[in-house]
Amino acid sequence: MLKSWLLGTTTAAAILLAPLAAMAEGKDIVVTYKDDIVTLDPAIGYDWVNWSMIKSLYSRLMDYEPGTAKLGPSLAESFEVAPDGLTYTFKLRKGVKFSSGRDVVASDVKYSIERAVDPKTQGPGAGFFGAINGYEDLTGGKATGLSGIETPDAGTVVFKLSRPDATFLHVLAINFASVVPKEAVEAASGDFGKHPVGSGTFTLKDWVIGQKLVFEKNPNYYVKGTPKIDGFTVEVGQEPLVALLRLQKGEVDIAGDGIPPAKFLEIKNSKDGAQMIVDGEQLHTGYVTLNTKVKPFDNLKVRQAVNHAINKERIVRILNGRATPAKEVLPPLMPGYDKDYAGYAYDVAKAKSLLAEAGVGSGFETVLYATNTDPQPRIAQAIQQDLAAIGIKAEIRALAQGNVIAAGGTEGEAPMIWSGGMAWIADFPDPSNFYGPILGCAGAVQGGWNWSWYCNAELDKRATAADSMSDPAKSAERVETWKKIFTDAMADAPWIPVTNERRVVAKSLRMGGEDNVYIDPTRVINYDAIFVK
Amino acid sequence: MAFMLLRRLAQAFLILIGVAAITFVLLYALPADPARMIAGRSATAQTVASIRHELGLDQPLLVQFWTYLSGLLRGDLGRSYAQKTEVWTLIVARLPATLTLMAAGIVVEVILGITFGTIAAVKRGGMIDRLVMMASFVGVSAPQFVVALLLYVFAVTLGWFPMSGYGSFAHVVLPAATLGVLGAGWYARMVRSAMIDVLNQDYVRTARAKGLSSRRIIFRHALPNAILPIVAMIGIDIGQFMGGVVVVEAVYGWPGIGQLAWQAIQQVDIPIIMGVTLTSALAIVTGNLIADVIAPFIDPRIRTS
Repeated sequence: MLKSWLLGTTTAAAILLAPLAAMAEGKDIVVTYKDDIVTLDPAIGYDWVNWSMIKSLYSRLMDYEPGTAKLGPSLAESFEVAPDGLTYTFKLRKGVKFSSGRDVVASDVKYSIERAVDPKTQGPGAGFFGAINGYEDLTGGKATGLSGIETPDAGTVVFKLSRPDATFLHVLAINFASVVPKEAVEAASGDFGKHPVGSGTFTLKDWVIGQKLVFEKNPNYYVKGTPKIDGFTVEVGQEPLVALLRLQKGEVDIAGDGIPPAKFLEIKNSKDGAQMIVDGEQLHTGYVTLNTKVKPFDNLKVRQAVNHAINKERIVRILNGRATPAKEVLPPLMPGYDKDYAGYAYDVAKAKSLLAEAGVGSGFETVLYATNTDPQPRIAQAIQQDLAAIGIKAEIRALAQGNVIAAGGTEGEAPMIWSGGMAWIADFPDPSNFYGPILGCAGAVQGGWNWSWYCNAELDKRATAADSMSDPAKSAERVETWKKIFTDAMADAPWIPVTNERRVVAKSLRMGGEDNVYIDPTRVINYDAIFVK
Repeated sequence: MAFMLLRRLAQAFLILIGVAAITFVLLYALPADPARMIAGRSATAQTVASIRHELGLDQPLLVQFWTYLSGLLRGDLGRSYAQKTEVWTLIVARLPATLTLMAAGIVVEVILGITFGTIAAVKRGGMIDRLVMMASFVGVSAPQFVVALLLYVFAVTLGWFPMSGYGSFAHVVLPAATLGVLGAGWYARMVRSAMIDVLNQDYVRTARAKGLSSRRIIFRHALPNAILPIVAMIGIDIGQFMGGVVVVEAVYGWPGIGQLAWQAIQQVDIPIIMGVTLTSALAIVTGNLIADVIAPFIDPRIRTS
């Protein structure tokens, strides 16, 4: 009797436990993307697909708490900022190793940042480190290193800045500041991007070009219990629609490109839809630039008029509701976003009267640039119709992204550009990132991204002052300063802020974790924090 | 024959240099600035300028072309602007997939094309002829529709074949079938008109008068004479498929050269675009050369003329 009871319970227990055991084994997940991964070199990679992979392959002095914009030491154990804001001293965490087995030391940090700045690397991120002493000498070819980075011993890195930079700690958390071992870079002879070595949460085990990348958990990662999955395989070349079908069949865990617009409602309304769709806010604003150097947009009243003319709700509908109408430059998640700012309401009558005041009441002809990938041309058409309603005849030029950027960066070329598909997502969660390149005088140059060619010297001065407040105690005051800068900029109406787009990722039912680790404000998919249920 | 080959090879070489020159000029005439694309959104004007300098894009066009050409003659296709990987490595990595799909696709389209083209020609004007011609018209003019239908029925609904990917025989079936069905339309039309021509010839009438079976007339006398244009078309297809079949590769996640080219075009990655164009041009030239070389063996009339 006892024996049969024992037998019975063990069988029952075995049956009960079996599915759990099977799940526990399968902690390798499959992620798909349409485009091939361009590079995993942290000094070069700069698109939203490789960004999150690079984040997890390498470590940096500073990093963010998963799912948040909260900055803290990572590879650094502690740091000190001198009262003048010009010296930053970091103590490295002890015992951190590269996946090659060697200890991470201070000179690796120095080498890695110098490499990111060195023109020979051809990386896009050099400018972020502009405040470090010796930056001009290195970019100008007069030096081979940065005199502003000192390594008094293997566990200490000291940064000397030429000007206070309140964003400097953020800069040390962006991918370009990732720490790499010099010998591995040299061994890869120019192609480190396909042979990455770091000290992050994962290592690259295999890369079959054009097909897949296999990432494996770093068992020695310095934060215990991180990462939570054993590994992930990235399959590339996967059409988003096919990826979604495979996800529904259970072959794929994360469809990185999200859900094609045509399928969105169908999935959303399906039985498991709510658990499959991650729909998260990101640090994004989509806008129309109004070129202040092209007639008649050199007239403030005309810029204000077109600001009143755009029906943003309709554009949100074109995006299947995956966006919210924007009133100001900063997105709602960004510190400094002014939730009380009224902006320019949709008001056709007011727009017409402003045009009349500007002396172009009978309308005018202009050109609106946009990229040629869906849904951007459709959004451009909506804007075109809104403009037609107040008498402005806008010709749409839908071109490849590179050509639109080129037109925007040429003085006097593009009267209006719809930024969709190109700009702007913040590199780090700090308001200054929405000013310098796209609204400041420094960006209003040949090949720049300030396509409004808006240059307000007074605002520039205030921006510099705000970025000099590097004392953490002053951070609230600094955010207020920035808030005012952006509302004052909007008084000049160099842009029509149109939408704050959200990102959509589709995940399988077995994937766990809050939505904000699938659409992490600083890295999109946070491979360190997602887990299998 | 040897002299003909030598002359054709010399021609092929000149054609390739010409293709390189034209592509190079066209790409550099683009208003999009590759350095700007690499530099991304946050780069300062100084960073863009230094990237342009490092890539040699600030030199005169002729100097740039000469640099590229001298590299090419040494077998060096350069490095990708965005990836920094050798272009040759990227192309070689995708060659097996491209060649597999090319071969499988051509087999399918030739078999389908000859079969249905012949049937249509023999049953000219009849129900089957009209059906075949209509189907080929759909295939030729609505490729996306065909792709979607195949994928949906055989991969999603029936689940017989994997939806996408590469690696096993099962993976190649749907992409090859898609390519084959799309291409078969052209082949069927070509075979049909060639067969109709041949079937009206005197010698076919003579054969029929001799009392030969219609099967023997079709397979022994008519088809071999109608097949020559097919050989030439295969030569063209080899080149085209080598350049990548973007839609089919994209839908089935096939890691071929087309995907590489498509992505490179988006990124203004000129060395990759050049590399793929030249590979494709080389394949077209080689394909035509092979077609010309084997034509006399198929049709002795060419040898004597």
